[in-house]
Amino acid sequence: MAEKFALVGKYMPSILFSCIIVIQLTILTILISWVFGLFAGIGKASRYKFFSYPSRFYIWFVRGTPTLIQIYVVYFGLPQFGIQLSPFTAGVLALGVNSGAYVAEIFRSGLNAIPKGQMESAKALGMTYFQSMKRIILPQVVRIILPAITNEGITMLKNTSLLSTITVLELTLQTQVVIARTFRPFEFYIVASLLYLVMTTVLSHFSDTLEKKYALSV
Amino acid sequence: MNNFIPAASQNTEKNVVLSIRNIKKHFGENEVLKGISVDVRKGEVISIIGPSGSGKSTFLRCINFLEIPTSGEVSFLGEKIDYSTSKLGEKLNLQKKLSGYRTHVGMVFQSYNLWLHKTVLENIIEAPMQVKKEEKEKAVDTAMDLLNRFGLQEKKDEYPSRLSGGQQQRVAIIRALAMSPQVMLFDEVTSALDPELVGEVLEVLRILAESGMTMLLVTHEMAFAKDCSHRVLFFDNGIIEEQGAARDVLSNPQKERTKKFLSRSIR
Repeated sequence: MAEKFALVGKYMPSILFSCIIVIQLTILTILISWVFGLFAGIGKASRYKFFSYPSRFYIWFVRGTPTLIQIYVVYFGLPQFGIQLSPFTAGVLALGVNSGAYVAEIFRSGLNAIPKGQMESAKALGMTYFQSMKRIILPQVVRIILPAITNEGITMLKNTSLLSTITVLELTLQTQVVIARTFRPFEFYIVASLLYLVMTTVLSHFSDTLEKKYALSV
Repeated sequence: MNNFIPAASQNTEKNVVLSIRNIKKHFGENEVLKGISVDVRKGEVISIIGPSGSGKSTFLRCINFLEIPTSGEVSFLGEKIDYSTSKLGEKLNLQKKLSGYRTHVGMVFQSYNLWLHKTVLENIIEAPMQVKKEEKEKAVDTAMDLLNRFGLQEKKDEYPSRLSGGQQQRVAIIRALAMSPQVMLFDEVTSALDPELVGEVLEVLRILAESGMTMLLVTHEMAFAKDCSHRVLFFDNGIIEEQGAARDVLSNPQKERTKKFLSRSIR
């Protein structure tokens, strides 16, 4: 058993480096998903069809199709329209848009959880819609949706492994490269699993800390 | 920052602060307000009573445009508030106008509606700083002054969830007072409170009334209405069925419906 894992040590540097790629991908994806999620979440709840119809279509389409297909559409499909993106960029964009649809629903449910009176009292005191959203509603929504958002973040981190299919040299692809050289799938897939586990655990621990810090009995 | 600058008032002879003419409101097929007219004089305390569904709360909410009336006029200090919004540009302008108007007409709600992610002090200074662009120091001074006056200074750094209902409601009243409004609207502010806590809130309302604040209250507290208000409006089915001096209407109602309603209420 020991010699099996001795070989692992030789390839650890490159594998660990690919973890950094995973972290970069996850952070960028999360940021993009929040932008899409915020607009689509508010848009879907809007009275104006101009905002609600595109939001609803976006959420419905993205949630109803496989993430892998969406990645392929962005990376393989867009070049037919002259849009050539690097694998990294295409990957981040596809995953960001994908996660955004789920974030939109999480965000919308957070918005619904805020009692109507919070906004009404802000208006009654002379605050505008935007002031009320920024100072009163959104801060409360963020605290409510933090657990669900973390969950989505963890899902995204694991989804980065799908980008191995479009030549992004993240952890999964790097592991496969090493396996092709060493013919030791078991050892290296276990190593990869453990590294994913470490990263997701760190992420959820970070979120737990945030939650404790900002928790209120809302 | 106040975009609402009232024109020179022509109504100072009668000292009318709020002039409400023929407010009608329907929700779809349902006509909730069928034409309500009231003149509110400075320093006047008006209690609005009546059965559920008679339109009392809707009327109050039309005054500060939380509900937009279907038709009718509201004038503040002689200037009419134009709430018609046919074009998009007018909608944004309306927000600004209403924002200014609402700094003069405050409202306190049945469910207090304190902002749960802010402390008591933060709740009170938020609007003066955001809407009137007051300096934090000044806002805090005003807030502490009010908190001291009503005995709540120790709670200034507490979150609303740690306060009792009565305390939360008193903070809500202080929050509205911090904007120095000229008129205050109270929408059944004691209805959600345990009976033991009602008294402390009524005491605050009494103090406000005696200090000369112009107040309109939708209330079920008949004793309070009789002792502390000048005028009572009895709402029934979307109209003012009867109105008059508080003591007269409550002790000696003239109309049948008023008599029926009052006989069923705990006096």
